[in-house]
Amino acid sequence: MNEVIDGLPEEQGSIGSLPDPLVQRESPQATILIRGAELLDPAAGVDGQRDVLVEDGVITKIADPGSIDAEDGVEVIEAEGFHVFPAFFDPHVHLRTPGQEYKEDLETGTRSAAAGGYAGVLAMANTSPTVSTPEQIESLRDRASRVASIPVGFLATVTHGMKGEELTDMAELRQAGAVGFTDDGVPIESPRILRRALQYQRMTGGRIALHQEDVELSGAGVMHEGAVSAELGLRGVPSISESVMIARDAAIAGYEGGQIQIQHLSARESIQQIRLAKAEGIDVTCEVSPHHLCLTDEAVRTLDASRYKMNPPLRTEADRQALIDALADGTIDCIATDHAPHAVHEKEVPYEAANMGVTGLETAFSSVYTELVLPGRISLDLLVEKLGCGGAPFGIEPFRLQEGSRANLCLVDLEAEWVVGEDGYESRSVNSWCAGETLKSRVLVTLADGQVAFRLRTFSLGVA
Amino acid sequence: MKHLLSIEDLTQDEIEGLLERAESFAEVSRRDIKKVPALRGRTVVTLFYEASTRTSSSFELAAKRLSADVVSVKASGSSVDKGESLKDTVETLSAYDPAAIVIRHPHAGAAQMLTQWVDAAVVNAGDGMRQHPSQALLDLLALRQRIGSVEGKKIWIVGDVLHSRVARSNIQAFMMMGAEVTVAGPPTLIPRRIEETGCQVRHSLDEIEEADVVYSLRMQRERMKESFVPSIREYARLFQINSRRLNPRQLVMHPGPVNRGVEIGADVIDSDRSLISDQVSSGLAMRMAILFELLAHGDHRETAESPLPIGEPA
Repeated sequence: MNEVIDGLPEEQGSIGSLPDPLVQRESPQATILIRGAELLDPAAGVDGQRDVLVEDGVITKIADPGSIDAEDGVEVIEAEGFHVFPAFFDPHVHLRTPGQEYKEDLETGTRSAAAGGYAGVLAMANTSPTVSTPEQIESLRDRASRVASIPVGFLATVTHGMKGEELTDMAELRQAGAVGFTDDGVPIESPRILRRALQYQRMTGGRIALHQEDVELSGAGVMHEGAVSAELGLRGVPSISESVMIARDAAIAGYEGGQIQIQHLSARESIQQIRLAKAEGIDVTCEVSPHHLCLTDEAVRTLDASRYKMNPPLRTEADRQALIDALADGTIDCIATDHAPHAVHEKEVPYEAANMGVTGLETAFSSVYTELVLPGRISLDLLVEKLGCGGAPFGIEPFRLQEGSRANLCLVDLEAEWVVGEDGYESRSVNSWCAGETLKSRVLVTLADGQVAFRLRTFSLGVA
Repeated sequence: MKHLLSIEDLTQDEIEGLLERAESFAEVSRRDIKKVPALRGRTVVTLFYEASTRTSSSFELAAKRLSADVVSVKASGSSVDKGESLKDTVETLSAYDPAAIVIRHPHAGAAQMLTQWVDAAVVNAGDGMRQHPSQALLDLLALRQRIGSVEGKKIWIVGDVLHSRVARSNIQAFMMMGAEVTVAGPPTLIPRRIEETGCQVRHSLDEIEEADVVYSLRMQRERMKESFVPSIREYARLFQINSRRLNPRQLVMHPGPVNRGVEIGADVIDSDRSLISDQVSSGLAMRMAILFELLAHGDHRETAESPLPIGEPA
């Protein structure tokens, strides 16, 4: 155990009471009976066929199949053969508001999330302009309260304009509703600035989410530095670009007793650094994306930037296997999509010139289910748990399937097959890394904070 | 007491002695004739390597009130090098055979170095971010005159403790005299592990109600550029000492110069509970006491004359 951490005084800061972290549009509260579905909530020990009654947005009854009668006017879903999971939570999405609404906005982005079974997302702050003032947080929350299909929380930047120079008014941002802080999109290059931010965090709270990349090592790289980049003649981003920053920032966080989230882990060297940091008792959490769990740099041979260009880049099979192992053994805390919509004109260009990022909300469950659960590489339990717990690093408890809880759940048909993009997307952008792929399993209905946030058009409900 | 370098060099009895002596000089300052002959024929050099208004003027006037000859040297901080050139300057001034050298220097330990080079008594008027003992002593005097002993009193020192020699001296002095000291400020401006010196640490003013005395520190605007705080505005919102945060019983102090509306509100500066002008007048009396104790009362110099005025101009 690191004695420096122990030596720090308990958190004595206080900036008063904070607003609710998440906001969404008010919609009618659902009253629905889901009959005979397989309920699975591993963390709550729920696993088996049940009826679930949702009344006025609250799970009022979970009982043996066939034991709940539908009263008049209650929507009934005959769900035998389907699964119900606690809804998912994504701590890392780009909703592109303000300023880049041609890629995505709060309405399309949250609809896209609902279609993937999510009942909560956290939006990154690398918008145009960046989210760096309390007024912007207030404005975004106000907008979300009118258009967001599911609850959404906002992170603010750590530094003004993500320039890495001056801290934002972190206390006032927290008071305005910022859930945490991030300069995601770019690393915080200066260790001095990160250190100050982590000191200040002792007073303000709010985990700092870090995009880990040493810009000097990354250089002008566009894909993983390895055999494939060597062959293709594309500039590489070495794995150490990520891992050295994780090592540095974990040390700073440990020294200051700070809370950091390492975003979109991609390299096995990075996992080693996370393990070391966690073993030292440093408060570091981390996330991995579905695309890093399912793809490798071999995919880049297609030179399809729309699907396979992102930052951090897709790495090798050894990296991918290490990420899966780290997810299974608990080193990686959660799955986060890094949903990064871009317009067609930003992606239909030569690979090296294309924007970085892919969309992932609508396919997160189905892609990992198809690629990792069906072949037996990981369990369904693990997938459901890791998609569900992404809010925890920011103090937002995972949703639970239990009586008395708000209804945050998704109904999933594990047998369904669908071709991604065939019927379009809820997202405004089409740069899905799964585009054109046939995936097994599909989200049919999502309830978010008691409201029906999504139902698949081809899936109809009966009314009693 | 041969030099005054740091509060920690003093005993509680020595501090009590200085406070009593200063009270008698404060009484002198209220007379028509404010001068005593205690240091007649002695030379006091003030050597300031940093800008200062109140400390330098107060030491100068204190020496003059004690009838010493005063040489004031102001060196511009930027042009003066450390080490050798300081030594050269001091050796040059030693030719005047000063009884005391009062020095302010931007680097910690400068006053202490002087003691190795000169025979004069050395008074530290501020060395880097380390110590400013005469400030702590005059603050004790101002408090003594308002509330008596600080024993058992709760004193909060609020603001940029990290860069403050005043805070470091005062934490020691207040604790030595039996007060309970709390330092408060954003974590970026509180020195790491300072609680190990025995004070409490707070990162908010939520509990400031418990304080008998609130000691506000100067907040420099440069701290924002260095990212110690996001903005002066947010700092003021979280840590400004103003009448909304205080009750009428609580006393307020500040070493000056104040940034009105930043670390302290104008409504407090000019109120009855403010000790800020008391601190300035205490400064003169305390610095007279310091010079007197070093030069006229100690055993290492010839026996002193009476500190009391002789009733006619010296």
